[in-house]
Amino acid sequence: MDVDTRLAEDWVRAIAAAVEREHERLTELDSAIGDGDHGSNLRRGFTAVLAVLDGPDAPAPDGGPGALLTRTGTTLISKVGGASGPLYGKAFRAIGAALPPGQPPADAAGFGEALAAGLRAVRDLGRAEPGDKTLVDAWTPALEAYRAAVAAGAGLPEAAAAAAGGAERGARDTEPLQARKGRASYLGPRSVGHRDPGAASTALLFRALADITAG
Amino acid sequence: MKKLINTAESVLEDALAGVAAAHPELAVDLAARVITRAVRPPAPKVALVSGGGSGHEPLHGGFVGPGMLDAACPGEVFTSPVPDQVLAAAEAVDSGAGVVFVVKNYTGDVMNFELAAELAAERGIEVRTVLVNDDVAVEDSTWTAGRRGTGATVAVEKIAGALAERGAPLDAVAALGERVNAASRSFAIALTGATVPAAGRPGFELAEDEIEVGVGIHGEPGRRREKLRPARELVAEVVSTILTDHHLTAGDEVIALVNGLGGTPLLELYIVFGEVAARLAEHGITVARSLVGNYVTSLDMAGFSLTLTKADAQLLELWDAPADTPALKRA
Repeated sequence: MDVDTRLAEDWVRAIAAAVEREHERLTELDSAIGDGDHGSNLRRGFTAVLAVLDGPDAPAPDGGPGALLTRTGTTLISKVGGASGPLYGKAFRAIGAALPPGQPPADAAGFGEALAAGLRAVRDLGRAEPGDKTLVDAWTPALEAYRAAVAAGAGLPEAAAAAAGGAERGARDTEPLQARKGRASYLGPRSVGHRDPGAASTALLFRALADITAG
Repeated sequence: MKKLINTAESVLEDALAGVAAAHPELAVDLAARVITRAVRPPAPKVALVSGGGSGHEPLHGGFVGPGMLDAACPGEVFTSPVPDQVLAAAEAVDSGAGVVFVVKNYTGDVMNFELAAELAAERGIEVRTVLVNDDVAVEDSTWTAGRRGTGATVAVEKIAGALAERGAPLDAVAALGERVNAASRSFAIALTGATVPAAGRPGFELAEDEIEVGVGIHGEPGRRREKLRPARELVAEVVSTILTDHHLTAGDEVIALVNGLGGTPLLELYIVFGEVAARLAEHGITVARSLVGNYVTSLDMAGFSLTLTKADAQLLELWDAPADTPALKRA
């Protein structure tokens, strides 16, 4: 299985559906250690992304997965605001840029490089390190698990499933951490014991990838 | 949740429609979500653009007008504006003399204004950014996102705005804004949480006799939870926290802002101000100028913040300079 335009669109739509389903939980996590808008912000962003995909100016089906993911990122930057808009927006734009047009669809290894570019974009903009209690703490183990699976010979479905597991474990593992970036860092030690909402939404993103590539 | 809204989703656009209807001296672009002055200042003039999440009214739209801001871009409630919005504001008000972004130090605000500054530069607009980070409740270290921008934003917008109105060049306006920020410290105490309309519940809930000490302006919990005490004791602690950080000494003059967080009566804010003045007098510090009221709010949160800006002749002269905005007027 390779990453073509169809798969990229399925992934984005699956993320939008997951955000729609889980936005209240994300907002609840954010209320505990942030300002209680993470779910509603992502929901607004992915509603706008769906409007683009379903609109008259939708990315062309033969435009390539990179163009579609770049467009998704641009839309998120334009519509979400807060920190999550630029962070997820830049991530999708970087993933898109790593899948340039006119090339054969990326295989599992190639898409792994694109996911790595997404993580680099997040870290460059947010200047967050692993352990800061941010979405980096979900994306990093997701990427590690994905790469390990590919190295062991796995195709995209198995690698994506491994990444989803890694992201969910990473999100859970943010609970004992004290936040050092973002609004939760204002709480100091009081941020301990809560799951980072950005790490939780990143887990949704990787679970969506696993769901659409599985059988 | 009991709020005067139509729907939680339309809070910002409905409020902007109200601003447009109430203030013919402002031009409100409802599509771009940008508030500018209806009458453009004589060009060329350095333009001040600020913005941030909604829910802090009158910040920032209420400070658009002669002597203060040229444009404001309100984001969704407690959510920074998006880069397109900030860029639209910069393009609307740049006269060729450049634009100063006044940005409160929050991760999202910093990122979105940074992206907007890149886009503005691509379009040939010269941008300087003044980062406001006055909240001493946050330890400023590599272990946090840095101090939050709160009440000092009003002083930065008033004083730098006055200098821009007089035709000062871009770097001078930005440098003065940074100087005002560096001279300012704030600290806040909340008696209740704040309810974001889309969330429907307060960010935190306090018992009848509890307060949150060291809160920000986004309904996030503060540094610690304590029992309510008389205003005199709370203010003494707030003043002493700021003075410890600020190194103000006897003989200094300050501009003092006692700011309501949205749900506290002016009667109580004046009680707080009286205590502030008394505590400062004990330290030999003179309140040269004062402001009491709701200027940087946190939706319906009850409580107050105190901002002390160490004053000098230049800052006081510009603080007194004319301003004509919905929320702050100086003849």
